[in-house]
Amino acid sequence: MENREFLLRRLHSLLGIIPIGIFLTQHLIVNHFATQGVEAFNNASHFMANLPFVIFLEIFVIYLPIMYHAFYGVYIAFTAKNNPGHYSYMRNILFTAQRYTGVFLVVFIAWHVFETRFQVAIGAAEADFNMMANILGNPWMFAFYVVGVITAVFHLANGLWSFLVTWGITQSEKAQRYSTYFTLLVFVVLSVIGVRALLAFV
Amino acid sequence: MGEAAKTVIFEIERRDSTDKESYFEKFELPYRPNMNVISALMEIRRNPVNMEGKKTTPVNWDMNCLEEVCGACSMVINGKARQSCTALVDQLEQPIRLQPMKTFPVVRDLIVDRSRMFDSLKKVKAWVPIDGTHDLGEGPRMPERKRQWAYELSKCMTCGVCLEACPNVNEKSDFIGAAPLSQVRLMNAHPTGAMNRDERLNAIMGEGGLASCGNSQNCVESCPKGIPLTTSIAALNRETTVQMFRNFFGSDHAV
Repeated sequence: MENREFLLRRLHSLLGIIPIGIFLTQHLIVNHFATQGVEAFNNASHFMANLPFVIFLEIFVIYLPIMYHAFYGVYIAFTAKNNPGHYSYMRNILFTAQRYTGVFLVVFIAWHVFETRFQVAIGAAEADFNMMANILGNPWMFAFYVVGVITAVFHLANGLWSFLVTWGITQSEKAQRYSTYFTLLVFVVLSVIGVRALLAFV
Repeated sequence: MGEAAKTVIFEIERRDSTDKESYFEKFELPYRPNMNVISALMEIRRNPVNMEGKKTTPVNWDMNCLEEVCGACSMVINGKARQSCTALVDQLEQPIRLQPMKTFPVVRDLIVDRSRMFDSLKKVKAWVPIDGTHDLGEGPRMPERKRQWAYELSKCMTCGVCLEACPNVNEKSDFIGAAPLSQVRLMNAHPTGAMNRDERLNAIMGEGGLASCGNSQNCVESCPKGIPLTTSIAALNRETTVQMFRNFFGSDHAV
């Protein structure tokens, strides 16, 4: 197909928001139950883990979209020649940060899925409050998770900004400036939610 | 200002021919009030002696209009791509470092070959086809307010600065860059040009087209003519979104 690259890039942009961005938001909000105590978190986690057709939901809403977004994203990241040194404009710095955080997130998410979901799948662990409390009891792991959550939220917020441009929703300079403010708000709000949840485990 | 024996130091990335390795050479010139990079290069050409006092070959560079409308004298000055004719020595940090725009093939010293930009303009059909076998008469009128913003887009001089500044235009990608994309918006804004708008949109939906833009927005920051390149790109993003669905489902509004 002649416009294969066009379609792949558009798909990459779309999947980052729907479903991955929505999933991430939902994930952080469910985690936030941890601030209300062990039982509240376990109930929420249990509800999510026992949704009907959960394996299909996971495959089509999480695994496949995230894998496509990750692999094609790494390709995009490595075809850029970052130049924030000489051209240190805000958008160019965010452009570079988007690529660095993307590559870091591939590592973080792979580790996170292995440590939690995969361990549950092979029956080596149970997804509950204690599991996360054990993981986050290690200060290095806690730091890794804080950085992971903040980079994921940054990547989503900044990706939302470029999604709006890529699909031609924000066109003018003013529209793009206002969407910068909006996505900054998204970044702050989701970061607070995500980090508060992490703090609740220690 | 005005002190005796004041000098200006230039550090120039030189290359003897396309396939040769580049090297830096320093030059120290007497300062003159209001000198720009081109007048300094002319001075070096007049007396090609480097800082070590050795006679060398004159530095090669491109220039034409000397008033920032032709785009020929673009080069990387202290790390940023711009026109050397409007780069005033008084406003630059020394030593002044001159480099060719290496996004393009370097011909010699500071001269680059910008052919790829002209090839891209052909690829995206950046013209208004008016040839016919008989007189087609006058075209449709263009609203004055539309003409005014379209005029801004028409200021593009194909200088290559937006491509040099773009992180996505490099040897690993075939991205055509902001300049030819903005020309698509200009030609599609023209009432006669709009009769072929779908052809241009489909051209930029191909390999190395619009989708390769990563929104670093260096182009709009660097454009010496202040062309709203990122607005053009976002506007084309919207139009190609619609075109994508029209291509897939078919439409009575192909044009």
